[in-house]
Amino acid sequence: MSDTVAAEPVADLLAKFSEATPRESLDHPAVNVPMKDAVAVLQWLRDEQSYDFLVDVTGIDWSETTSPRFTAVWHLFSTTKHTYIRIAADCTDDANPSAPTATGLFPAADWHERETFDLMGITFEGHPDLRRILMWDGYPHHPLRKEFPLAGIETELPDIEVADETQAKVISAPMMGGPFVASNKGEMNLTDAEPRAKDESWNEAKPKPE
Amino acid sequence: MATEFTVPDAGAKTAAASQEFETEKMSLAMGPSHPSTHGVLRLQLELDGETVTNCDPVLGYLHRGDEKIAENMTYNQFVPYTDRLDYLAPLANNAAYAAAVEQLADIKIPERVQAIRVITSEMARVSSHLMGLGAYGIDVGAWSVFLYTFTEREKLYTLFEELTGARFTTSYSRIGGVSRDVPEGWNERVLEFCDQFLPILDEILKLLTRNKIFMDRTVDVGIISAEDAIGYGLSGPNLRGSGVKSDLRKDRPYWGYEQYEFDVPVGSKGDCYDRYLCRGEEMKQSVRIIRQAIAKFPAGDYYAKDAVRIFAPKKDKVMTSMEELINNFMIVTEGPQMPAGEVYFEAENPKGTLGFFIVSKGGGVPWRLKIRGPSFCNLSILPKVCQDELVSDVVSILGSLDFVMGECDR
Amino acid sequence: MVSPNTDVAFDNKIEGDIVISRLDAVINWVRTNSMWPMPMGLACCAIELMGTASARFDIARFGAEVMRFSPRQADCMIVAGTVTYKMAPHVRRIYDQMSEPKWVIAMGACASSGGMYRSYATLQGVDRIVPVDVYVSGCPPRPEALLDALIKLQDKVKKTPSLRNLTA
Repeated sequence: MSDTVAAEPVADLLAKFSEATPRESLDHPAVNVPMKDAVAVLQWLRDEQSYDFLVDVTGIDWSETTSPRFTAVWHLFSTTKHTYIRIAADCTDDANPSAPTATGLFPAADWHERETFDLMGITFEGHPDLRRILMWDGYPHHPLRKEFPLAGIETELPDIEVADETQAKVISAPMMGGPFVASNKGEMNLTDAEPRAKDESWNEAKPKPE
Repeated sequence: MATEFTVPDAGAKTAAASQEFETEKMSLAMGPSHPSTHGVLRLQLELDGETVTNCDPVLGYLHRGDEKIAENMTYNQFVPYTDRLDYLAPLANNAAYAAAVEQLADIKIPERVQAIRVITSEMARVSSHLMGLGAYGIDVGAWSVFLYTFTEREKLYTLFEELTGARFTTSYSRIGGVSRDVPEGWNERVLEFCDQFLPILDEILKLLTRNKIFMDRTVDVGIISAEDAIGYGLSGPNLRGSGVKSDLRKDRPYWGYEQYEFDVPVGSKGDCYDRYLCRGEEMKQSVRIIRQAIAKFPAGDYYAKDAVRIFAPKKDKVMTSMEELINNFMIVTEGPQMPAGEVYFEAENPKGTLGFFIVSKGGGVPWRLKIRGPSFCNLSILPKVCQDELVSDVVSILGSLDFVMGECDR
Repeated sequence: MVSPNTDVAFDNKIEGDIVISRLDAVINWVRTNSMWPMPMGLACCAIELMGTASARFDIARFGAEVMRFSPRQADCMIVAGTVTYKMAPHVRRIYDQMSEPKWVIAMGACASSGGMYRSYATLQGVDRIVPVDVYVSGCPPRPEALLDALIKLQDKVKKTPSLRNLTA
């Protein structure tokens, strides 16, 4: 599955967009572009290089302490050449990340961008209808950000009437001190050869120590 | 004493309405608990009489946080979660995920594993399309198709159970191989299934293909043009039904698909009927692939030899050899160690192309794992297709798109 | 008054048509053998639920084949699949719309306890919002397990003092 055919458009792309740089990748050709050029690059790839199929739009959170923190990633596929290309652009603002919308080029970008906004909190400028898509409207967090715990944060149920009736809430999932990966650093202890929770000081019966 | 009584001037009102066509729009929530939404999709419809003037799909009722969960567990631990993405074809999902991680780890899997994955993926395709067909039958008013297809699915489940130990949450593919070898005589039983399946499939299709009611509900309903299909990122039978000959098994062959002869059916018009025909034909092609794969079923291992840091060693070796025990311990606790980097792999699943985008910083846990669910993309065209269709046709369109909310909402 | 005349002690016109029983038992007999389910098919378990309804396992043997998507016509809600927080209010609303008496089967690990989805989006057990009568283990449970749950529920219904509940 080598991509010798696809190496060509990357060279052309780098020549055409002077600020673009090659991006490290283990498989498909990938290019870093500045955020302001992202849509122009996508359009050029679609119109000139027959990358006509927008496969995926997503974001990566490189952790709270990293800057630039968020990267938006587009994957394009060519239905004629049968190759992929990955375009990545760093968001300039770490607190309020934003990216230009590609809905004008690919209708498929609509939902992908809504999802990225919902889960990662990247605002797509110019998107016609940027609402939450997977979580409910009014949910206060962006779950795929690294500071958001897997167990979740306590909030209200989306429906107030039902919440009143059942006294139920959106609670943190009982993780038994998880996550479930027990990365074993240091002494190897073969008596505890089962995967264990990282923090066993609390569980459903005992509350989590503050 | 005659009381003055004024009759509302209905005639004048109708005349005025017929001039301006001013009717009140009605808002209708279809779902999230509705038999034809195949799960928990909700369509917020705006109706003018019986015509849909606006359709706003509301998703997320099955958003379980798979991507966040993946960031919190090792590569091996995530395999069972892939079962539950497209829960009509777990075998294909497992294999697609495993192939993505193998691409990251740069592992070449043995030919036997490739053949097993091809056979199981094609069986999963048959099982998924059978379900799609049965459910579509119910949607448009044909109950008996469902009973036929489920009987066939049960036969497939029996075969899956023999191979993997579970009826449909199989978790069969492991990174670098499969969890166990094919049992003795299993391939022959698969062939037996294929032999008896084709006549029954013909019978099932006969119930629908030239059925007047079925054709009335599907022909020229929900037409998707080839440009729209590509633009909205449709894949699988939905894309091919619109006449785009795109199939990753042909275009970017993986697991040795290039050595099997099969045709890619495409539609001509892109209506619901074409998508149905494509699914029917794809099942026959899958059977063709299964037969070829079993005919030249290679000998060898069911796991890659160079995957020692990923694939847990055999249990008897763990019990007898110290190195294997330590290796097993490391794999279980810290996860299989992966190089840093980014990979994207897509497999041609029954519903479309299921993609995994993995960002690794090294270590046993992915930094970011993005799942591209084909159903998510296939559904994104709904607002456009449902525009100006009748409400009853929306049901037909939904059934023809054959989506699964598990991988749509993830 | 007991008649000395043995001829009228047995009247075949009456005898074949009358069964003497407790009203409780009659009501429960009716309820157990026509338990119409409301298939709350949410995720993977819904496929096994359909498998249970289809030819091989045939839930009709237990009088529960009449799947009603309208909660008003259903007796027993089978929650099959993962309940997310976004879906939970809808599940509760549908439960509220079912007419009494009503029962709930939590099918599978997700509906019973959240199962393998310990995450921010998943309700950790449907019993947080609706009362559950029978829990079925498995991910997903086999059709036999669901049928077993149905039989268990029927046993439970048979022991209910229905008449007291009616008048209370």
